[in-house]
Amino acid sequence: MTAPIEFCHWLSGTPGSVAFHESIWVYPIVESIHVLTLCVFLGLTVMLDLRLLGAIMPATPVSQAIRRLLPWMIGGFWVMAASGALLFYADPVTNYFNIFFRLKLIFLVTAGLNAAVFHVMASRTIRQWDLDPRPPIRARLAGGLSLALWAAVVICGRMTAYRWFDGDLESLAR
Amino acid sequence: MSAPVFFTWCETSWIGAGIRDSTWLFPVIESLHLLGLAVIGGSVLMVNLSLLGLGLGPQSAAQVWRDTRPWFVGSLAVMLGSGLLLFTSEAEKLYYHEAFWVKMSALVLSLVFTATVQRRIALGDPDRIPPLRSRAVGLVSLLLWFVVGAGGRWIGFS
Repeated sequence: MTAPIEFCHWLSGTPGSVAFHESIWVYPIVESIHVLTLCVFLGLTVMLDLRLLGAIMPATPVSQAIRRLLPWMIGGFWVMAASGALLFYADPVTNYFNIFFRLKLIFLVTAGLNAAVFHVMASRTIRQWDLDPRPPIRARLAGGLSLALWAAVVICGRMTAYRWFDGDLESLAR
Repeated sequence: MSAPVFFTWCETSWIGAGIRDSTWLFPVIESLHLLGLAVIGGSVLMVNLSLLGLGLGPQSAAQVWRDTRPWFVGSLAVMLGSGLLLFTSEAEKLYYHEAFWVKMSALVLSLVFTATVQRRIALGDPDRIPPLRSRAVGLVSLLLWFVVGAGGRWIGFS
């Protein structure tokens, strides 16, 4: 089995990674796409979470909001994931040793688990509270948790650009 | 040619200097600006998707407009507040930065368009407004806000 760091070293040596890293235009453009798609994916996620918290769109059934917004959220998510993967590909080793990048991944996975748990729960019970302006506590909890986790993802993502503790992590790895 | 007095004054003020001299203050304010972006982006998108006949649909544009207003106004306040702080820390540099002026012009246009044309169409009776017109308004609004966002991102590349 290859260690993650060896994989990152190998990846950073591939021609595509080097070209991407050194490009003048491609990198900023991909980064811009990553940031602006935030409005689509996270913007609509926030709106849905606020609905779950009972803070917005009280007259819109939760199931309707989910059905009409989910395709946009999923589309936005894949654009974010693909552009994010490309940004990682441009500089794998530096990202690997970046503490904020690692934290971001942890929050990302946790946010995904939260969404999965919510969907399993909602698919069984949503009929009982679909029209409630203020959904039951478990739905509100899922919405609140989602907001907090995605905020953590955004903050860690922003901090990834700053390499404050990379040396610490690198020396730990030795 | 040197930057106008106002820009120099901002940059040399204790707020501008404090943000510039701090290691973490700028990134923290930037994060706040990004979190505000998610909320304002969401509320702008909700209204425009409705106007385009997508999202919650054209029949719900007025409802979506009313429901999202507090969040739009609140997140706009966060964006302007955090943006102003970021501005003070590098006002002189921004004066010479094209992207900054593009962003500010687009922002003014977006806000005027939102408060006038878009407001009237969103709150109007959907059965009496030609679908093509509300779609055009949704598209123009999205384009204007896109320039604001892209200009903002471009400020960081210099």
